[in-house]
Amino acid sequence: MFAICIDRFRTLFLSILLLSCLAVPALAGPFEDSVAKFANDEFSDTEAAIGEVAASGNALASPIIGALQDGRLSADPDSKKVFITQADGKIIDAATGAAVDKLPDSAAAVRLNNRLRRTVEAALGGLTLLSPDPGKRLAAAQSVFKSHEENLLPTVEGALAKESVKSIKQAFAEARAAIILFKPDASDSDKLDAVAVVKARGDQEAQALLTGLGDQPPLVAKAAATAVTSIQSNLAMWSMVQNAWYGLSLGSVLLLAAIGLAITFGVMGVINMAHGEMVMLGAYTTFVVQEVIRTRYPALFDYSLLIAVPLAFLVAGLIGVVIERTIIRFLYGRPLETLLATWGLSLVLQQAVRTAFGPTNREVGNPSWMSGAFELGQITITYNRLWILCFTLAVFAILLAMLRYTALGLEMRAVTQNRRMAASMGIATSRVDALTFGLGSGIAGIAGVALSQIDNVSPNLGQSYIIDSFMVVVFGGVGNLWGTLVGAFTLGIANKFLEPMAGAVLGKIAILVLIILFIQKRPRGLFALKGRAVEA
Amino acid sequence: MTPHFLTRSLDRAATAFVLLVAAVGVLIPLSNLLLPQGSMFQVPTYLVALWGKYVCYAILALSIDLIWGYCGILSLGHGAFFALGGYAMGMYLMRQIGSRGVYGNPILPDFMVFLNWDKLPWYWYGFDKFWVAALMVLLVPGLLAFCFGWLAFRSRVTGVYLSIITQAMTYALLLAFFRNDFGFGGNNGLTDFKDILGFNVQAEGTRAALFLLSCLALIIAFLICRAIVTSKLGKVLIAVRDAESRTRFLGYRVESYKLFVFTLSACMAGVAGALYVPQVGIINPSEFAPGNSIEAVIWVAVGGRGTLIGAALGAVVVNYAKTFFTSGPLAPYWLFMLGALFILVTLLLPKGIVGTFNSWWETRRSAALAADRASAAREDGVGAPNPAE
Repeated sequence: MFAICIDRFRTLFLSILLLSCLAVPALAGPFEDSVAKFANDEFSDTEAAIGEVAASGNALASPIIGALQDGRLSADPDSKKVFITQADGKIIDAATGAAVDKLPDSAAAVRLNNRLRRTVEAALGGLTLLSPDPGKRLAAAQSVFKSHEENLLPTVEGALAKESVKSIKQAFAEARAAIILFKPDASDSDKLDAVAVVKARGDQEAQALLTGLGDQPPLVAKAAATAVTSIQSNLAMWSMVQNAWYGLSLGSVLLLAAIGLAITFGVMGVINMAHGEMVMLGAYTTFVVQEVIRTRYPALFDYSLLIAVPLAFLVAGLIGVVIERTIIRFLYGRPLETLLATWGLSLVLQQAVRTAFGPTNREVGNPSWMSGAFELGQITITYNRLWILCFTLAVFAILLAMLRYTALGLEMRAVTQNRRMAASMGIATSRVDALTFGLGSGIAGIAGVALSQIDNVSPNLGQSYIIDSFMVVVFGGVGNLWGTLVGAFTLGIANKFLEPMAGAVLGKIAILVLIILFIQKRPRGLFALKGRAVEA
Repeated sequence: MTPHFLTRSLDRAATAFVLLVAAVGVLIPLSNLLLPQGSMFQVPTYLVALWGKYVCYAILALSIDLIWGYCGILSLGHGAFFALGGYAMGMYLMRQIGSRGVYGNPILPDFMVFLNWDKLPWYWYGFDKFWVAALMVLLVPGLLAFCFGWLAFRSRVTGVYLSIITQAMTYALLLAFFRNDFGFGGNNGLTDFKDILGFNVQAEGTRAALFLLSCLALIIAFLICRAIVTSKLGKVLIAVRDAESRTRFLGYRVESYKLFVFTLSACMAGVAGALYVPQVGIINPSEFAPGNSIEAVIWVAVGGRGTLIGAALGAVVVNYAKTFFTSGPLAPYWLFMLGALFILVTLLLPKGIVGTFNSWWETRRSAALAADRASAAREDGVGAPNPAE
């Protein structure tokens, strides 16, 4: 409150000071005249101003047109002064670059229409085509490709000749091709070459460019039409790839959430409805780790997830062992009662977390190596999804290796296959049960670390995964990790391929209905364990 | 007056239960309507509606007990049948609003006008007539349960698998009813009801009548369940519960028995939902939430699985506790208590209140009988019957 008051006073004081300075009119030159045209509030004047300012070579040209594009350029029709509001909130006079304290009350943002917006983009493109910053050059080339402004051709050709970065050179070549295609007096052979260049680009924008060519010589029109068909089939292929990628990503999330469940359910036949809450505990462990790091050791932030993974495993695993020892072991052989008791447990855990951390979403940050994305052909792959996929597969592989090569794994498999026989052979089945439950819960905790990166960390986090996880386990077949893997990826991919056709919610409903029908056909899942038990 | 097969099965406890419900069903509305406001024995109208809600829950619990307690089918999706019955009634009540809605459209409910629909979807036809709606209250849940059960029981999906797919069923319905274009009001559901059969739903008299009807429905549902479980059919159901494969080997068509009770139970749940909606005044998709169905199962577990009376009692007790705690300063702890209830009842009180009481009573009585017999034997002066005599 106090700070705001001080700010107000300072603003008032400064503006009085400034007004007294401005009483002397600035010396008007050609650049100033051009800039002043922005204040006329006429689209034709604005267009002229854009052209003149861009051609002026003045250092302010680029900021002015950039501000115009972002709606940060305001003009005062009374004093014919034009102002730039910079990204950091400071205001400067567009003609002189002098700092201004406050916009005059009569100032209004300079308006643009769609045609002018294209002019602005083209002007900016021309201005930045020769920028020393490679990122800006690339952006400029892209904007020229879209605007194909004819008068930029010499600049583009000059830039193309000078460019040394391969990808930017490519972008310049595409921009040049786009200009040539729209240039009425270009020769047929030039245009055919240009079509080939645009076709090689092969994305949505290339398609839009080629379909919007207008009147062309018959040879060029024909080449463009073939190029469009080829781009279309190319795009359809990429959209398949994209769906498949989304499906893999969703599948990895499902697998991560279900894998722990597959162990407890598969080995012990225990329906753990509190499984989702173990995931939630893992996510909250990540939150706590990040909070500690943020306040004490900010430099370690990038390693926060690496620290959180073992901690989450321990926290969730220990709680799992405690639950097994205090509740679940009294309910063996009564699966339906186990289901009810663990449901109650999930309510208690949720409420406990709600009491401790509050009911709202807590913020968990992405370390730098998990944020951002890269392009693969026509699709964008975000790093966090990619890492989660890798992480899931790694967890899966470690788990498989553990079951295959360690003593505990051997004992677990023995108990899964025949509990009484295993007990007769001297395996302490109750110890195996406790450890198995701890292991399953611990893996759920690890899943929570990964899911905290893509989902809201709230007390309800677990509930949103529990039904999906059960579907995966039941679909894949109980007691078989490979079944869970196949089940998770099948459901994930099927879901993502249904989504564009039916919409997200209907797609999900369709999946649920399909699973219900599938269970009718194969009541024990895709990969059922073979056994003699009549009453399972 | 009641048919013989319904009354035949009544023992002392069951008769007492029926009389109790009947007394409550008559006395509460009478005290609400006849006694002056503010009198000590006058039941306020909001309590009539609240207890009406409990009675509807008791019917739902009864329907779950019939299949879980006597046939071993744990449905975690019974809330779906309850909600479907509720929606059928809600659709009738929506059509009764007529042109009194906000938009004043004589045919279309408000939310359809809001969505710019120009005519009623086909599945809303006929819901302006009460008998159609009443039929749908039974038919829609019954049909869904029949199809679902036919598929599930025939392919021998049992135990936890069945529980999980029933949960998936109600979850799928939850997602579907949340959609606006599904034609059931989306997120907001159906509400703002005006009259039922020409009577104002808000009026005290209507509420009292609805309460009485709910109690009547509870009694009828109880008598039907009781008649089933004490008949020969009921014995087969218990056999299915305890040893499904053996029953099948003995030549019974297990899936037909299961299908019959499952469908019947869904119809009962539908009736409960239909009575619930006019008393609560709203039906929305959250009734389909899997959590609700599981909560209904815990009512049965608390009261006593396989006792019928216990189920009804459990529903009332747990919901009374819920109202009591969630409206007081203890509200944040209610979920702890509900969760603890789930855990403690399954661990320590697996037979529920009524079941535990029954077995305590049985042991006491047999102990008393044994003591009687022993003392009688002592008085005769012989320790054991003498085969020589």
